[in-house]
Formats: sequence, C-alpha cells, structure tokens
Amino acid sequence: MANKATAFLIGWRIEMKKTKIIENIIHGIFLILGLITVASVLLITIYLVIAGIPAIREIGFFKFLFGKNWASTAAEPVFGILPFILTSVYGTAGAIVLGVPIGFFTAVYLSKIATGKMRETMEAAVSLLAGIPSVVYGLVGMLVLVPGIRKIFHVPDGASLLAAIIILAIMILPSIIKVSITALDAVPKEYEEASLALGATPIETYFRVSVPAAKSGIAAAVVLGVGRAIGEAMAVMMVSGNVPNMPSLFQSVRFLTTAVASEMAYSSGLQQQALFSIALVLFFFIMLINVTLNFFMKKEGKEA
Amino acid sequence: MNIISARNLALWYGDNKALKEVSISIPEKSITAFIGPSGCGKSTFLKTLNRMNDLVLSVRIEGTVEYAGKNIFDPSVDVNELRREVGMVFQKPNPFPMSIYDNIAYGPRTHGITNKARLDEIVEKSLRDAAIWEEVKDRLKKNALGLSGGQQQRLCIARALAVEPKVLLMDEPTSALDPISTSRIEELAEELKEKYTIVMVTHNMQQAVRISDYTAFFLLGELVEFGETEKLFSQPMDKRTEDYITGRFG
Ligand SMILES: Nc1ncnc2c1ncn2[C@@H]1O[C@H](COP(=O)(O)OP(=O)(O)OP(=O)(O)O)[C@@H](O)[C@H]1O
Ligand SMILES: [Mg+2]
Repeated sequence: MANKATAFLIGWRIEMKKTKIIENIIHGIFLILGLITVASVLLITIYLVIAGIPAIREIGFFKFLFGKNWASTAAEPVFGILPFILTSVYGTAGAIVLGVPIGFFTAVYLSKIATGKMRETMEAAVSLLAGIPSVVYGLVGMLVLVPGIRKIFHVPDGASLLAAIIILAIMILPSIIKVSITALDAVPKEYEEASLALGATPIETYFRVSVPAAKSGIAAAVVLGVGRAIGEAMAVMMVSGNVPNMPSLFQSVRFLTTAVASEMAYSSGLQQQALFSIALVLFFFIMLINVTLNFFMKKEGKEA
Repeated sequence: MNIISARNLALWYGDNKALKEVSISIPEKSITAFIGPSGCGKSTFLKTLNRMNDLVLSVRIEGTVEYAGKNIFDPSVDVNELRREVGMVFQKPNPFPMSIYDNIAYGPRTHGITNKARLDEIVEKSLRDAAIWEEVKDRLKKNALGLSGGQQQRLCIARALAVEPKVLLMDEPTSALDPISTSRIEELAEELKEKYTIVMVTHNMQQAVRISDYTAFFLLGELVEFGETEKLFSQPMDKRTEDYITGRFG
C-alpha cells in the first residue's frame, strides 16, 4: 500500500517534471520570437549609425545638416540636406495643422454625437482610409490634386509642397481619428452625466469635460500622426515634384524620405553614404517622436 | 407648498414598463426618501425629475411632472435650465478629473460667470454649505480625485450647490461610503433642507427614518405608498409596505 503510494507519487513527480520542461521550452520559444523584434530594431539602429556616420564625417556635420544645396551628381558634388529637413518639417507641420482639426472634430463627433448606423458607416470609412496603400494616395494626388493646384493657384507646376501637405493631411486622418476615438470613448460616462446634471449642454460637456479628460490620448493621436507623416515616402514623392529646393508652398520639393528613395537605386560612393546619413537623420526624428509618444501613452495609462 | 408634482407618470425602457402611473407631490424644503427593493424604479423616477432619462435612447414617457407650476416635458422648457434648478448627486462620487476649485466653478462658469472674485466667493460658499471647506481650503488647486470617497461625495454636493439649485436629487448618495462619511452626509442633508428640497433614494431604511420627513415606497414600478415618514413606518396603510419595512421581502 505504502509502496503503491510512493510509486504513484514518484510517477506524478516525473509527470510534473515533464510538464515543467515542456513549459520551459514553450517559454523559450516565445522569448526567441519576441527577441526577433528587438534584434531587428537593434540591428537597424546599429547598421544605420555605422553606415550613416562616415559621410557626415567626410562632408562635415554642419555642412551636411545645414547646407542649402544638394547636387549629388554634379562634377563637384555638394551634399547639404537642409532643404530635405525643412521640407519634412514643414510638410509634417502643414499636415498636422490641416489634419488635426479635421481629425479631432471627427473623433468628437463619432465618439460622442453620432449613433448607430451613422457611426458605424463613418468608422468603416475611416478604417478603409487607413487601409489604402500610399501609392494609391499618390496616384490620386497626381491625377487630381496636382492639376487642381495648378489651375486654382495659377502656378506653372502643381507638384508642390502644398500638394504633399494635403495628401499627408488625409493620410494621417485615420490614425488621429481612431486613437482619439479610443481615448474619448474611455472617458467615464459619470463625468459627462455630472456635467449635464449641472445644466451644461451636451456640446459644452464634450469640450469642457470629455476632451480634457482624454487629452493625453488625443495628444498621442497627434504624435502618431506626426510619425506617419514624417515617415511617408511614396505618396509625397509622387505629388511633390521631387526637386531639392528649399521648401516653399508652391515649389517642387524633396523630403528626407524621398531623397533616400529617389537616388538609392543608382547611387555609389560618397553619394550612397550620404543617403545613409539622411536615413540616420530621419531615424533620429522618428526616435524623437516615439519618445514623445511613449510619454503621452504613459500619462494616459496613469490617468485611466 | 409642493415643488414637484408628478401626475400619472409612466415610463418605458423599450417594451419594459419601469414606472406605472406614478402620482406624487413633493413638498418643498423637506427631505423625501424613496425606498423599495432593487429594480423597482426608484432611480428611474428620480432621473425623470431632472430629465436625465432623456439620455437613454429607448425611453418613452407619458404623464406629466410639474415643477414650479410647469410641465417639464413641455417643448418650451429649457432642459439645461431645469437641470440647473433640479440638481443631482450620484450614487458613485463622480468629481471631474480637475482641481477642487475647478470642480466647483464648473457649473457657474457654464452659466456665464467669469469674474474671478465672484467665482472665489461661490466656491467658498458652496464648499462651506457642503461642510467640506475646512478640509480642502488649503488644497483648492489640487486634483479632486485625491480626496477620500466621503470627501468626494461632499465635493459633488458642493458642486451641485454652486449653481444654486432649488431641488437636490440624490441617488443612494451614501451607499459607497463608510459609516462616518455617511453620517456626515446625513447631517449635511438635514442642514440643507433649510434652503433646498431634497429627494433621496436609499436602500437603508434606518437612514430614511433618521433623516427624511416624507417617504415614498416603490414596488415593481408602482408607487405603493407615500406619506410622512413617521406615519409610514409606524402605521403603513398598505400591506405590501408593511411587509417591506418589517423585512418580510425585498
Ligand atoms: N438605461 C436603462 N435601459 C433599460 N432598462 C433600464 C435602464 N435603467 C433601468 N432599467 C430597468 O428599469 C427598471 C428600474 O430600474 P431602476 O434603476 O430605476 O431601479 P432602482 O429602484 O433604482 O434599483 P436599485 O435599487 O437597484 O438601484 C429595472 O427593471 C431596470 O432593469
Ligand atoms: Mg437605483
């Protein structure tokens, strides 16, 4: 009897050990899968730094970042990327100025005012907008926006910073709307009820209670939009004329992203290295945006 | 003097009839308690009195509620003005996630008061009336969510008082609070009835006996009995009231 019990216990322990080993193996697999992401980020970072530094060294830090001329294929090549930096910054800022108000009010409308079918339909449209590939945005921009700008503003070429700003503004709408809606939906009903019970109108309630309560989430939405806009290449390349001018609204311009994309295929030597340096600068901007985003997300988490 | 009178008030949530022809007249400057088992329509009726039920899409209402001599469902009634005069305190304390000061000033600002000195005055007076001034006067700029539950509830009462209502509707205002906070709110209610009409839903019959002047007993959407609290609890007229207050069901 006692022996049987002992045998059983031992058997049970072995079973347990087996399960434990299997558990550990599965944990290990998950860990390795997770590490793939981390490794990718690390690899890209390290590679970009290694590949990006030499050209900056050779050209000179200030000459590279603040040089106003880019003539990579000239007999005497000049590598100044200030036009690209400013174009990316202005383009993104313009898209934000245009896209954020539209996205924000849409989010308030969808989260607080629209009901039933209306909300469903519009949210589906927003999701669809998010799913459209950027080359399609570029195509529509080329065919509609560029000629439109040429006609409306009587400029020789509609492929311009303005066209890129408008396209980017539309492209960032889905992220702004969706993240803002999530934040606004999460505002406790009790806050809104309290406001209404004090005699505030629904609109007053949304803007004085719901929006302030969701402000971190809305800020995160805006930062996400910034990230999307600054990283976009295909669509802006198709509508911005892709000429390395200093940015101005009705001029053809070139962005950081498009600078890399448009020359990489045929570049070599210092020119190619300089393109890596541009990518490094872009990467730096993206990192900055990510840090900001994390900051707002953490804040949102704490408030909720 | 009655300040609120409901006549044959019936209310449906979709197909579910939650209130069955309720008629009641609530005397002003007194405390009226609503009692009854869970789901009998106390909150529903309370929320009808300042039309907070309008927020529920499926609601349908028949009958009238007269406030200050006017049917509150009349299209000419400004529902925001009605809610300013008939304030509400909720079961779960729900201060806004902003400073104590801004919580109290929210209502007055909504109604157009911008003068800083005037706002300061309203904030202090409301907090004093809600018996919480001494506890918060040194931290008016701090976030209201940092207060204890009992303090938050008194803050919510102060916030409701800041728009100078005539009536204060309270839906189980002490059910989320500890006994000490509860007795503070009860004392407060008794002070406030000098100036305001208070209607309070409570599950606690001792509480109704302790502080209310009138009691209404609801059952399955029906107003079974309404009268002076003392009388209702000592000589209930309806058998169902007697069963409920003696704890035979509910
Ligand atoms: N928003 C709503 N939509 C649909 N039905 C509702 C809604 N609110 C309440 N009801 C229903 O109406 C009836 C009365 O509910 P009510 O909340 O008024 O009861 P109560 O007396 O306040 O109960 P309790 O003591 O539990 O708070 C219940 O059957 C409830 O399910
Ligand atoms: Mg209730």
